[in-house]
This record gives sequence, structure tokens and C-alpha cells, in this order.
Amino acid sequence: MAKTLLDKIWDAHVVKSIPGAGLDVFYIDKHLIHEVTSPQAFDEIEARGLPLFRKKQMVATADHNVPTKNQHLPIEEPLSRFQVDKLTQNCAKHNIELYGLGHQHQGIVHVIGPELGLTQPGMTIVCGDSHTSTHGAFGAIAFGIGTSQVAQVMASQTLLLSKPKSMRITVEGAVKPGVTAKDIILYVISKLGTGGATGYFVEYAGSAFRALSMEGRMTVCNMSIEMGARGGMIAPDQTTFDYLKGRPFAPQGERWEQAVAYWSTLFTEEGASFEKEYTFDAQDIAPMITFGTNPGMGMAIDAVIPTDVPVSEQASYSKSLKYMGFAPGESLLGKQIDYVFIGSCTNSRIEDLRQVAKYVQGKQKAPHVEAIIVPGSKLVEKQAMEEGIDKVLAAAGFELREPGCSACLAMNEDKIPAGAYCVSTSNRNFEGRQGPGSRTLLASPLVAAITAVEGKIVDITHYLN
Amino acid sequence: MEKFEILQSTAVPLPIENIDTDQIIPARFLKATSREGFGENLFRDWRFDNAGQPKADFVLNNGRYSGQILVAGKNFGCGSSREHAAWAIHDAGFKVVISSFFADIFKGNALNNGLLPLQVSDEVLARLFAQLEADPQTTLVVNLVNQELEVPVWEERIPFAIDAYKKECMINGYDDIDFLVNQKEAIEQYEKSRPWAY
Repeated sequence: MAKTLLDKIWDAHVVKSIPGAGLDVFYIDKHLIHEVTSPQAFDEIEARGLPLFRKKQMVATADHNVPTKNQHLPIEEPLSRFQVDKLTQNCAKHNIELYGLGHQHQGIVHVIGPELGLTQPGMTIVCGDSHTSTHGAFGAIAFGIGTSQVAQVMASQTLLLSKPKSMRITVEGAVKPGVTAKDIILYVISKLGTGGATGYFVEYAGSAFRALSMEGRMTVCNMSIEMGARGGMIAPDQTTFDYLKGRPFAPQGERWEQAVAYWSTLFTEEGASFEKEYTFDAQDIAPMITFGTNPGMGMAIDAVIPTDVPVSEQASYSKSLKYMGFAPGESLLGKQIDYVFIGSCTNSRIEDLRQVAKYVQGKQKAPHVEAIIVPGSKLVEKQAMEEGIDKVLAAAGFELREPGCSACLAMNEDKIPAGAYCVSTSNRNFEGRQGPGSRTLLASPLVAAITAVEGKIVDITHYLN
Repeated sequence: MEKFEILQSTAVPLPIENIDTDQIIPARFLKATSREGFGENLFRDWRFDNAGQPKADFVLNNGRYSGQILVAGKNFGCGSSREHAAWAIHDAGFKVVISSFFADIFKGNALNNGLLPLQVSDEVLARLFAQLEADPQTTLVVNLVNQELEVPVWEERIPFAIDAYKKECMINGYDDIDFLVNQKEAIEQYEKSRPWAY
């Protein structure tokens, strides 16, 4: 029977199947950890007297809870400092590779994995973070897990899983000017809804995804979880191989050739079937923005907030719009914005920063807007400085911070105040996600840059060169 | 993990759809490094105002409702993988969450912590909300052994599905670690079959 990409990688990682239970002992190649979801797992392993089974397959970084200013100084906030110190102690004790604050490789876990070449096609990758789906951009099975599962992987390098259902989302055609990877995925999520892919593993196919760079593909796969999917993946191709070649942990020499030969077999075969399929036309996609409190509540930036909501969903819909201070049928054009946040594992890579810099060069942010850019990693930050992006941003009134998850989830001090509107390149617009009472509008880095300059929501298609 | 067989309790209704884990436990409360104490901040920003005072209109502050069963709208637990969400619900005294749909990661996390995610149809969920609104003292019986949700006042037993392995784990208080660690030989054998991979 013809196999899907998911089938091929899944089957290659089944240690054994449990007869009659529909469960597989599933092998994990790479386990990424960070300070927030690992301490209780280390405690659990220690309490049970279990050793770490394959520590060489683990990599740690500090990202969720780190300040984005003065990272060379001790962390001021005591609880954050304690949590980050705990990660350092745990990694030292168990001899795990740690890219902590001050390390040249530190950054958001889903930014550093790919840029270091740790993430490779055909792998299985887990992390105690739902956006682990990002790594699927390389044709890997990558998904977020809870802390109990972090402990399971620490103890056995496996998880007990039932194979997820398969879904293919095909987008064909060329996108219109001003439409980026972020707009494509926000469009797809707006069509499927926030739980539309729950229980499924998604493969993104079609010329619109093929045309994306690796960074664009990462943005797409990153947000798979926002429609409930466990993960998302794109078959590896020349774009993937070109991106990986020469990265610090990518295979070298003869092993590179062997790897590429294997990676080239990782695609969905003709005639393979999916349990669910969706097809969209790239030409239907416009620059997107969200207006509500889940990522499925998105629309074209020049559209009006939908009024046709099923009866069963009306209470939640009204609650959401009330929180945002919006009304059904309203347009967001002209709406004044207080903050612009460019960062997160969705959009903090060098191409994102380049796109922002290119637009804001020679312009100024609106005086009432606070515009913050947080690079995804130390390497992105370094690259941005080498290219002079830092100077362009500073001249335009943007504040370039140090790497971390920052105001995407507002665990550190980077918070949007109650009631304030923030156009954000992150992945979630949940109530209070960016700080208690904050109001988030998700968008692409290009929309964010233009919003920062104009100080309000505009139809960006009129602002492109 | 605590064992779970049968629970009889009143219930707390939360008829909102797509409740994400950021609502269940906001990120700023994830700084603790142990599993305990998250219940205090369960639904923090719905439950308390900025000054830390209870919001009268939130159900957990409504004296008419109490119990160990949370009944919530469709697509409960979407968003972040934080297991702290399951810990917070459990820590606040709940043993069961009833909804018509659960997000994957939350569901797994709940099961790994002795918190039963019990899925019913949209129709049953709507009837439960109406019932709890009419009578906050309504008692529900969750029988995991028979896989039935009993609503005595309706004289109905509603069957529910659960993975057979997970059911066994919950009834006996087992978790996956014990099982997986015992697979060591098979795992090492598997690793030897693909030496190029590491």
C-alpha cells in the first residue's frame, strides 16, 4: 500500500507494538528541554531512582522565562532566576548539553534546533512545548508533550502512543503580494477552526508550501497546534537540504551524502490516502489578522468581523469580542494600536527581521506605538548585527531586545498592559496571553512592521512597493 | 498516581468553548519547579480581578456550586502543552472534567495525572449545563469501571469511551514510565538496528 510521509517516519520509529491495545512503543531521536516544563520531570526521574537513558540525545536551552534585557547580569526576578538556575543545575548534574544564557547558541528552543542542524528530516523530535511542531518543516515527526512524558523520554527515550490520524492540507498556486507564510497558516486555521485538526497529524502539500523558504515552512508547521493538530510536516526537498548543509550538527562528508539519499525517500507516495484532506487556492489568501481570542478567529485584514456564527458558539464568540472591544460586522481598518511585538518561535528568524528592516528603513514608527523586536536566538541576533539590521531598527524607533520567548507568553517582564492592543507576530491571541487584560492581534512580520509605522491597522496592500 | 474507580459528586459548570490552557493556568504562574500549589491560580484571571479580589460572576466564586467534577464547553484544554493545567485542576480538587471535546495534549496530560477527561456528546453536554443551571446540587456518578456517567435525576447511564490501556492505568494508579522502563531490552535492540541514527 502506498505510504504517506507520516507512515514512513512513524513506522521507522516503532520499537514494538502492543498487541490489541493500538499502542506503539515509539522511539524519540531528539529530546529538547527548557526551564519551565523540565524541573518536575527531573524530580520524578530522581524520585524513582532512574538514570537518564540517552542524555546525548537531549539538548537544553533557557528561553521561556528569561529577561530580554541585560542577559549578562543575574536574573532579577527571583522565581525566574530559580527556575533557570534549576535547569543549569539539572543539566550539570546529568551532563546534558545546555545552551543557557550567555551561550552563543542560546535562543528559543524551536529556533535553535533548526539553525544548529539538530533538526533533520526523518527524525522524531519532542519537547515539553506545543510548538515543537515547528521542526516538522524538515519532514520530521515533531510534537509537544507534557511533563510526565518528558520524564518518560528521559527514562526510556520512548513514549507509548497511538498513531495519530492523517490529514493533508494542500495549497496550490502563487500567493498575492504581501502574503507571507504566516498569512497562509492563519488563513488555513481560520478555515479549520481552533480544534479542526485535533487528533490529526497534518502534512502540508502543494506549490504554495513548496515555494516557501525553510523559515517560512517553520512558521507554517509551528502553528499546526493552533488548529489542534499534534504536528505538521512538509516533505524534505532541495530547499531543506540546502538549508541544512554545513550547519554545526548536520551530517558531514560521506554521511551527508548518505543522509540526503535517505531524506530523498521521505515523501508521500502517489495514491497514499489520508483520513482527511483540505485543498485551498493560494490566490484566495490575503494578508491576515486575528480579531478574537483564539487563532481560528482570523480574517483578511480589510474584511469585517464575521456575523454568521453558529448558535452553539455565540456565547463564546460574544465573550471573545467583548474582551477584544470589537463588534460583529466591524472593520479593523483605522483601529489604533499601542504595541507591536515581533518575535516568538513563529516569527523571530533572520528572514523575519530582514523583512521588517527592509520595510522600516528610512521610516519612523508612529510616536504612540511601542515596537519591540526579540530575535529568536543569539545567532539570529548576531546575524542581524552583521547585516546592520540593528541600526536600521534603532533608527526607526524599534527596540531590539535579547533572545527569548518574551511577550509571546509574557512569563518574564515583557508584558502588554491591560486593555492595550498589540499586533503580534506570535502564535496565540488567548485572553491575557501577553499579560493580564492584553489584547492580541496576530499577524505577519510585514503587517506588524507596517502597523508600527502607521500606528493603526491599515490595508497593507496599499503600502507595498 | 491516585487510583480512580467510581466518583459521586456535584459538579461545577463552565459553559465556555475553547478554554485554553492559558486560561486554566496563566504562564506567569508556571515558575514553580514542583507539581504542587497550582490550584490556587486555577482560572486565575477569570476568578480574580487585578487587585486579587474574587470576581463574583465566576462560577468558582459562586457558593451554589461545588464538587469534584468540572463540566466545560467544547475543545477544552487547547493551546499550550503545559501539564501545569492538569495539575492546577487536580490540585483544586477536581477528579473529572466533562466536555464534548478535548484537545489532545491536555487529554494525555490529564490521564497521566489521575484526572479523568470524560467525553460526552454535544447534546448530553448541553443537557448537563441546563441541568446544573436548574439545580446546582445535581449529583453525577462517574463509574470508570463500567465506563458510564450516571445522572440519577435523569435515571440515565451514559456510556463513555476510554482507551483500554489508559483505563487500566487509572484504575490501578499505574503510569507509562513503569511500562516503558521495562521495555529496555527491546529499545536497545531497536537502537542497534539503526546505528547510523545517533
